[in-house]
Amino acid sequence: MSSLELPVTAKPTVAAPRVRRTLSTRWISGLTLASLLLLWWLVTAAEWIEPLFLPSPEAVLSKAWVLLTQGYMDSTLWQHLGASLSRIGLALGAAILTAIPIGIAIGHNRIARGILDPLIEFYRPIPPLAYLPLIVIWCGIGELSKVLLIYLAIFAPIAIATATGVRTVDPAKLRAAQSLGASKAQLIRHVILPSALPDILTGVRIGLGVGWSTLVAAELIAATSGLGFMVQSAAQFLVTDVVVLGILVIALIAFALEMGLRALQRKLVPWHGQSH
Amino acid sequence: MALLQLERISAQYPGAAEPVLSDISLSLGPQQLLVALGPSGSGKTSLLNLIAGFVSPSAGRITLDGVPVQGPGAERGVVFQDDALLPWQDVLANVAFGLELAGVPRAQREQKAREMLALVDLADFAERRIWQLSGGQKQRVGLARALAADPRVLLMDEPFGALDAFTREQMQELLLQVWQRTAKPVFLITHDIEEAVFLATDLILLAPNPGRVVERLHLDFGQRYAAGESARSIKSDPRFIETREHVLARVFSQRREFA
Repeated sequence: MSSLELPVTAKPTVAAPRVRRTLSTRWISGLTLASLLLLWWLVTAAEWIEPLFLPSPEAVLSKAWVLLTQGYMDSTLWQHLGASLSRIGLALGAAILTAIPIGIAIGHNRIARGILDPLIEFYRPIPPLAYLPLIVIWCGIGELSKVLLIYLAIFAPIAIATATGVRTVDPAKLRAAQSLGASKAQLIRHVILPSALPDILTGVRIGLGVGWSTLVAAELIAATSGLGFMVQSAAQFLVTDVVVLGILVIALIAFALEMGLRALQRKLVPWHGQSH
Repeated sequence: MALLQLERISAQYPGAAEPVLSDISLSLGPQQLLVALGPSGSGKTSLLNLIAGFVSPSAGRITLDGVPVQGPGAERGVVFQDDALLPWQDVLANVAFGLELAGVPRAQREQKAREMLALVDLADFAERRIWQLSGGQKQRVGLARALAADPRVLLMDEPFGALDAFTREQMQELLLQVWQRTAKPVFLITHDIEEAVFLATDLILLAPNPGRVVERLHLDFGQRYAAGESARSIKSDPRFIETREHVLARVFSQRREFA
């Protein structure tokens, strides 16, 4: 009897620490952030560091309010943010529309792979900022050159990830669809594309990460609006609170993009990672 | 009615010295459940791939109702060893997939798919996701999917090979019921001797190096099951045991030859 009872009594004591442990991981992360903020507040409140080098959290917050209502460099924070987001949004849209079909062609067709693979592999390792000057010479410093730069940065990861996904489609699934009468176009639409979707989404995630850093860097160099421009021009006038605020907003957006895409991945490809 | 014919088929992988299959002739017609039994390397899967149209023979002719087989097609349904279901569709959409490819309207194809699910005893599983199914359930969905497209012959590539012994027996009985009800000619390959003897109306025994037919048997155990006799009483019938031992002896004599 005692051996039968043992697991019953043991269960709650086993289950309880597990719950506490999952909570505590988040607690640790929360605590880290909170102590970092506290440290920031402490060193600025005690005036150990000059506000020129590190403004206090309150100063940054109140500056955020000023930026939201009155703006900085002729635009509010919303307008800077909107400019940056619309650039990356346009580039991402164009990249998805072109990179996925090209990735499918590379993964599916020997001739397409022969033509496109070396082109992509040639420009992909070049840091986008290295060819930004050439793009500026060709397209000027208007919106086009920035969107084009980000587009090129996002394009390669998506195209390569799509091609990889297409190449690793389970041949049994292809044969199954063929023996059910699928045509070539139907194979792509019903088997290859959904099979490659997890890889495509991973490519989009990587592309967005690269694209966002490229965008901010491009705005630091040649722009009259956008988060990168805001940080850069604030730095020239030593308006440190705007610089800190800009950096925080840039980090927040990157974080939100990553989390959003992870949620999208869970929603669109729930079978990914299932033991199938 | 459907008649599948293989005339003097040979198959060879590019670059290989020996053919995988040599000089195979067989025919599969109505009321037949043809089982190809053989050890690994005897070209069972190659034979099925030839009939399905996934590969082309190096010599010989395959015809279905007199029309040469060229490439895969919906008139030859295939059930795969590892189910090959599409995880981005639910069970119902998987079963209806062949009809969707053929352009059948949604309501009509879903009705047909539900009929097929009922046929394989999975009527309540239509909305499940594929990864929520057990191995045996996946194989039944695979069978329903192949049947929903209404093929003229059904090809099965070691369909129960990955299942546990208990589920495998259930599936064999289910297959006989489905075969009886749909009246489709079935070509099934297996390496399980008891399964082969129990299911087959016609049994061909394959030997390796190169793959060839060494014996053809005409059996009736499957038909006896379909006629209502219980599986246990058939499998304990001395005639069944005798046949099984005979086939086993043939397989072992092959082994000695190549040992």
